[in-house]
Amino acid sequence: MNANGETVIDVRGLTKRFGDKVAVDDVDMTVARGEIVGFLGPNGSGKTTTIRMICGLLRPDGGEGTCLGHDIVREAEAIKRQVGYMTQRFSLYEDLTIRENLEFVARLYALSNLRQSVNETVEGLGLKSRQHQLAGTLSGGWKQRLALAACIMHKPRLLLLDEPTAGVDPKARREFWDEIHHLAEDGLTVLVSTHYMDEAERCHRVVYIAYGTIVARGTAEEIIESSGLGTFVVAGQGAAAAARALNGMPGVEQVAAFGQDIHVVGSHGPSLAESVHEVAERYPIHVAPGETTLEDVFIRLMSDAQVNENGR
Amino acid sequence: MKAHSAASRIRAVLLKEVIQMRRDRLTFAMIIGIPILQLVLFGYAINTDPKNLPTGVVMADPGPVARSIVAGMQTSGYFLIERGHSEAEARAGLTAGTLAFVVTVPAGFHSDLVRGQNPEIIVEADASDPTASANAIAALPEIVNRAIAASTQGPMSAAGAGAVRPEIIVHRHYNPERITAYNIVPGLIGTILTMTATLMTALALTREIERGTMENLLAMPLRPIEIMVGKIVPYIGLGFLQVGVILIAAYLLFQVPMEGSLTLLLSAVLLFIAANVTLGYTFSTLARSQLQAMQMTFFFFLPSILLSGFMFPFRGMPVWAQAIGQVLPLTHFLRAVRGVMLKGNDVLQTLPHLWPVTLFLLVIGTIALMRFRRTLD
Repeated sequence: MNANGETVIDVRGLTKRFGDKVAVDDVDMTVARGEIVGFLGPNGSGKTTTIRMICGLLRPDGGEGTCLGHDIVREAEAIKRQVGYMTQRFSLYEDLTIRENLEFVARLYALSNLRQSVNETVEGLGLKSRQHQLAGTLSGGWKQRLALAACIMHKPRLLLLDEPTAGVDPKARREFWDEIHHLAEDGLTVLVSTHYMDEAERCHRVVYIAYGTIVARGTAEEIIESSGLGTFVVAGQGAAAAARALNGMPGVEQVAAFGQDIHVVGSHGPSLAESVHEVAERYPIHVAPGETTLEDVFIRLMSDAQVNENGR
Repeated sequence: MKAHSAASRIRAVLLKEVIQMRRDRLTFAMIIGIPILQLVLFGYAINTDPKNLPTGVVMADPGPVARSIVAGMQTSGYFLIERGHSEAEARAGLTAGTLAFVVTVPAGFHSDLVRGQNPEIIVEADASDPTASANAIAALPEIVNRAIAASTQGPMSAAGAGAVRPEIIVHRHYNPERITAYNIVPGLIGTILTMTATLMTALALTREIERGTMENLLAMPLRPIEIMVGKIVPYIGLGFLQVGVILIAAYLLFQVPMEGSLTLLLSAVLLFIAANVTLGYTFSTLARSQLQAMQMTFFFFLPSILLSGFMFPFRGMPVWAQAIGQVLPLTHFLRAVRGVMLKGNDVLQTLPHLWPVTLFLLVIGTIALMRFRRTLD
């Protein structure tokens, strides 16, 4: 496994219970070197728990696997040395300055050239003039950049990012993703959890988890294609009224407003088309076939999983 | 290489703690302020051996021996003699609380003495605060005996009690003047360290958990022992700072003597601080929140204060209470420090008080390492 195309994460049957609740249920995942894999799923679906098991922060109740060639249960220490983990919540010290935080991390990884590493990181962040500012006084976007800088300082081989861009403005998010792609080009592997569809589309591959179970995986196109969903875009003056009428009609599974337009989604093409055309005769609207988005698919996956969960 | 990175990791945690400690001004002020405040309160305000207690003297037989007794009482320092009371006035003063004692020398005292019969002196004390009058009363028989002995030398020596030197001495070991501060300073070192050292480290890990920084700490390649050492050492340093403050203030304010070796004292202090911070760290691994850690600390602090011999004499406690007291490091530390500071004990005399503290440290340290959660489970 040391050749090109080496597997960085390879876990099978990962299971984690908290009391009676099964947080992660029989999850398999493989991630190859240099890949950027998006990890998606609703809140509480088990993303964070899975990531924590991969980097040795939680002990799985079932399953096995390796991360960077080390066993995730027995060799957690070796994994931790080569992984950069960015937690969902800012977990550097708010009462330490930017520089002190970076020095702390550099010492923890016993970096040989502490001063130089920290200087480079501070300059790379563009925070040289503010390096003596307390980390707690930074805005959300800066905190996130600092956290990322801190977890790549020791040149890890794998980055685990847990909702790194939650609450960050679009420009900062875009810069963040440019940085991620830049790092991946140098061979760094990235597993990133997110709620943002545009971010999911920037990943090489996507894994979708709901209620602890992986329900879809592949590239964005593959996932959309395999969902079998069809979409119509409804526009015009009567769109809002039409949307209300469409709700619950045969073949109509999702009705969602996007600005002036309404997206109508369903998995059974003929009955969806029939319903849409029927409504088009009653309201002043235009109907055109549209493209199914990743979001449409995920909402579908989410409600399916909910049905399964409730049916258990 | 491996040792080098372990040292680097410990250094990382240690320096981080020092920076956070320095930045937390309020806590830092408390750390320095508490010892000074306690020292001043115990040293100046709280005195379990009050002097100059107002004393009325009813002199029905103004003979030389009676006068000698009264003079002896005055010079003992315990009694502030007010003369010329009638019996009724004196009793009223006692009731009103303006007098703490009334001493009556009955008529015929001198003639009884000369005849070799047992003469009586009646002492009435306001015993509503027994501790306030206890020492003064305890000093009385000695004062009286010596006054009699003194005045019966020479022509009346046949009636004397024997060859006793004619001055009044309240004879007590190690703290002849019974200055409360002498006794309180070693005790204060112990109690202040028990409280602050344990509390500060008890908060050390729970604070990381509450602030969400524990996840990051655990995700990095740190061993439990490295976190523990890195977190404990700064607080040992802080403990020494407190001890320094107490010792300097004790010397400047109360001229508390330092009979034994300072090195020996500081060695005992080191051991004792280490035991307390390790205990605090253990609390930290058991508690889920800072509040819980604080509660555990106080749960430990209370018996330490009450059963160690700091508040109440150890020998006066029932056997079961003594047994609990024996487990507490403060009990042994108090004996060690009082021994070194006031009696000038040497290493061999101090060792019996130090090994129980060492044992406590080892047991607690092992529990802490076993209890430490390497994962977020």
